[in-house]
Amino acid sequence: MRLLRELTFPLVAVVAAFVVGGIFVLLVGDNPFRVYGLLLGSALSWPDGIGYTLFQATPLIFTGLAVAVAFRCGLLNIGAEGQLYIAAFACAWVAIKLGGVTVQATGGPPLSSPWANLPAVLLVPLAILAAIGAGALWGAIPGFLKARFGSHEVINTIMLNFVAVAIVSYFTQYHYRIPGDPILQSAPISEAAHIPRMGSFIPGLPERIPLNVSFLLAIIACALVYVFLWRTKWGYEIRATGANPTAAEYGGISTGRQIVLAMAVSGGLAGMVGINEVMGYRYRYYEGFSDNYGFTGIAVALLGRNHPVGVFLAALLFGMLQRGGIFVDAFSESVTKDLVQVLQAIVILFVAAEALFRGSFGRFGLMKRSKV
Amino acid sequence: MSDISIATLLFFLASTVRQATPLLLAAMGGLYSERAGVINIALEGLMLAGAFTAAAVTHYVGNPFVGLLAGVVAGMAVAAIHAVACIKFKADQVVSGTAINILMIGVPAVVSGAVFLSSGSTPQIPRENLIPWTPVVIAFLLVPVTWYVLYRTPFGLRLRAVGEHPEAADAAGVNVNRMRYAAVLLSGALAGIAGAYLSTGQSSLFTRNMASGRGFIALAALIFGKWRPVQTMLACLLFGFTDALATQLQGVKLSGDEEIPVQFIHMLPYVLTIVVLAGFVGHSRAPRALGIPYVKER
Repeated sequence: MRLLRELTFPLVAVVAAFVVGGIFVLLVGDNPFRVYGLLLGSALSWPDGIGYTLFQATPLIFTGLAVAVAFRCGLLNIGAEGQLYIAAFACAWVAIKLGGVTVQATGGPPLSSPWANLPAVLLVPLAILAAIGAGALWGAIPGFLKARFGSHEVINTIMLNFVAVAIVSYFTQYHYRIPGDPILQSAPISEAAHIPRMGSFIPGLPERIPLNVSFLLAIIACALVYVFLWRTKWGYEIRATGANPTAAEYGGISTGRQIVLAMAVSGGLAGMVGINEVMGYRYRYYEGFSDNYGFTGIAVALLGRNHPVGVFLAALLFGMLQRGGIFVDAFSESVTKDLVQVLQAIVILFVAAEALFRGSFGRFGLMKRSKV
Repeated sequence: MSDISIATLLFFLASTVRQATPLLLAAMGGLYSERAGVINIALEGLMLAGAFTAAAVTHYVGNPFVGLLAGVVAGMAVAAIHAVACIKFKADQVVSGTAINILMIGVPAVVSGAVFLSSGSTPQIPRENLIPWTPVVIAFLLVPVTWYVLYRTPFGLRLRAVGEHPEAADAAGVNVNRMRYAAVLLSGALAGIAGAYLSTGQSSLFTRNMASGRGFIALAALIFGKWRPVQTMLACLLFGFTDALATQLQGVKLSGDEEIPVQFIHMLPYVLTIVVLAGFVGHSRAPRALGIPYVKER
């Protein structure tokens, strides 16, 4: 019953967003039922639709969890975008430097020489740790700034997003790009750092679909975040800080430390996007790879009620939209895949302006105030 | 690079002013909104709304001033969504702003896809239909005007009161929410001009996501300028200068074959803002009631 109540509101918000989006589709001159049919139908076909939907959902699970953990501590992390860029680059960097990859043009002098040539058993865990660690570190900075100087994490995370992109772009352009490569991307990582695609062990799923084992990591991350937040002392202290920092302080909790911890965990989760991208999909660092994953993560967390299960479901929904959007682009003359952005934005607005629904639906007892 | 003549210096100055203009317009918009207590990280989206509308209308009507006006209306319309969400429905202001930013990446793209059959840009506007200087003049006139309105008029006093002590303002008979609506709409109008300048002043068409972070730099300038008009203008000029510098140095070779990495110049505004916000250089204090919806006590 409690679950039903938790689900009611997000569902109402999603339906309302689809209605508004449908009106928008009508205005630009297409049939909303046809467009939505195309969107959902192409996202749920087997194997391509489902494979790509889950692949698109993977980064959103990570960023959704990242935003949710910070939210539970009363912090809004809009820096997941920067955290995942730093992390993806760190991941690629380890898989190049310790993977025996020399960056050089054919016949040219080496730009970067490897330090070691590790086998997969060592390289894979190290590259994963690099992604998580770099994300955590980048996330901890605004946490520290808030705890130590009281400066607002929202502004600092926005600023750090731009700083992250600039730093990573510098290293890619000047040190890890193969000279002469017209695309801003790093040299390919060592093959020892590749993680398997799901297609290699799921019958019927072709290996060209980039869905990889980081999707399983995402499910594990959901479980771990649940355990962390609701079954450990740290999680309890983070939630206490988020619920009422003054009371938490009186209760003997060092709120400053919880803020740094929550932001580090949040950044680490966002950083795991790098594992999917670098080790499971493109096998290199590719500038500008993130399709607003960090910002969509905010929508995912809000819609998922900042709970791992909710985040997982919301990420699946948005993954479906992303996948289906490509088909809308191809098969509708007047509607482009950007409709997906519009739908996501409307979902966020509706979820944020919860009172809108309380006012009209609350009367019928449809929506009771849930305790979050 | 070796001989810097007066001409290049003047060119560089003009370039700085032109880069600072959209920042200044958006930052002044943000100033009204934030001094009234409503966080406006939606500046980026509001600029995009103004930029797209101004370019599209100028293309059809052939008059950039009508386009500019349309950009203002569009900025206000989108700001109205933010205002209603934040003020009436007490939505989290940062979350609502983020939604507006995402919305305004999507809407112009879908509309231009349907209307211009493009993937997110409008047709080219002929040179004689551009307004390269009007918004610049508006932007820099806005600074003394804003200063005067803020510190020398009853409207400004009420605006600041609403952002600092809404309860006290309310007790004094000020309609808190109406002031906030006015402030957010005003920020939409100014960000709309900023956008119109991007698409029909600096360039001659709207391209996808053309604000490219300027809304956030404007926000940074606002914080860097401590939410005050003159300081904010100086911050905008500084950030405009770094922008012009980065453009100038793009691809310039140092001795040997080393290029100057412009990335470090690009990140300067952001790093400076973080430093100032942490209180290392002066102290930047936000309006007290910033981000808190006002609930009238009964």
